[in-house]
Amino acid sequence: MVSKEIIYSYLENVSDPEVPVLSILDLGIVRDVIINEVNEAVEILITPTYSGCPAMQMIAMNVKIEMLAQGIKNVTVTEILSPAWTTDWMTENGKRKLNEYGIAPPQNKSNEYISIEDLIVPCPICHSKNTSVISEFGSTACKSLYRCNDCLEPFDYFKCH
Amino acid sequence: MNNSLVEYIMHLADNSLIHGHRLSEWCGHGPILEVDIALSNIALDNIGAARSLYEYAAEIEGNGKTEDSYPYFRDVRQFKNSLLVELPNGNFADTIAKCLLFDAYQFYFYTALKNSTDKRLAAIAEKSLKEVTYHLRFSTEWAVRLGDGTDESKQKMQHAIAEHWEYAGELFAPSNIELEMIEQGIAPNMEALKDVWQQKLAETIEEATLSFPLSNEKGWFQSGGKKGIHTEYLGFILSDLQYMQKTYPNSEW
Repeated sequence: MVSKEIIYSYLENVSDPEVPVLSILDLGIVRDVIINEVNEAVEILITPTYSGCPAMQMIAMNVKIEMLAQGIKNVTVTEILSPAWTTDWMTENGKRKLNEYGIAPPQNKSNEYISIEDLIVPCPICHSKNTSVISEFGSTACKSLYRCNDCLEPFDYFKCH
Repeated sequence: MNNSLVEYIMHLADNSLIHGHRLSEWCGHGPILEVDIALSNIALDNIGAARSLYEYAAEIEGNGKTEDSYPYFRDVRQFKNSLLVELPNGNFADTIAKCLLFDAYQFYFYTALKNSTDKRLAAIAEKSLKEVTYHLRFSTEWAVRLGDGTDESKQKMQHAIAEHWEYAGELFAPSNIELEMIEQGIAPNMEALKDVWQQKLAETIEEATLSFPLSNEKGWFQSGGKKGIHTEYLGFILSDLQYMQKTYPNSEW
């Protein structure tokens, strides 16, 4: 009989295709795992980061492949929308890994509003706090584009959502 | 099966799909790279919201319907989007004016729809509202930047607001379906949203050193989209959008 803990340990192996250093658990998109005790069917509930995020289908597929590889055959992945995903669900370990990867992690909680002018996003490369926003929209829906005014490197910021 | 609910969902989904499709036309053509990326991101959010809505409609209808049945296999008259979103992109100021009017509408609309008695629509609204908040900030900032910019950008922005204003009224004029949904607590009262929307627009127009369009005084506006009576532009959008499925029906990627 598989347990929830075992399923979660397998999910740790599934990474975000756009940000491969993060597992989907780090990202906080796995909402629950439901195991049917009768037929051992496993249902994994995930929530999208952004509505149009093209990575969702790939994540759902990778979850199924990982489960099959671990010998779990009866698995469904269900997408749920409410409560809406927030960066508050990202793990501290995930934030640390993001920063090491060169993407500045979310700086505040989603319920504390900080205007874009007042928000300080430290440069993930030289750690300077003297940075400025180039665009609120970046290479993927979840990131915005920043520039460090000291080391002059451009970098992605995983925006608070 | 609830026919009115499906038709109401169609209106919301078509709004998002057509707006998203129009904005996707900017991909590769934006005035600067950052704007190109921003408009493509906004397009994606809208198409994502449309998918969630079409998927919901397909579940209610059953009968082999999928999220693809609606965008690919309906004709112009069956689309229920507002006229505003099908207008051509025009120049950059035109697109910003269209986005500003529509983003502000979506912002207040989704804020209210979060309290819908329909739990699924409330969930979609909760999700979309977070995204629309970014969209509205983007269009507001650009409207101010262009309005309070050079003589040429100011003139273009003023002209764009005037051109699009008369298409915005339709957003707040409830159709019979909407009235039925408002009655059931599924849809928010559109007319009540108009005041906060206009207040937001007034603030932005002032900050952009522009003036309110004269057509606002007349109180008359273009309408028809919610009934399926569209401008000549929608047919061209659909021929582009549906070309592949009409040539190779049910083909899969």
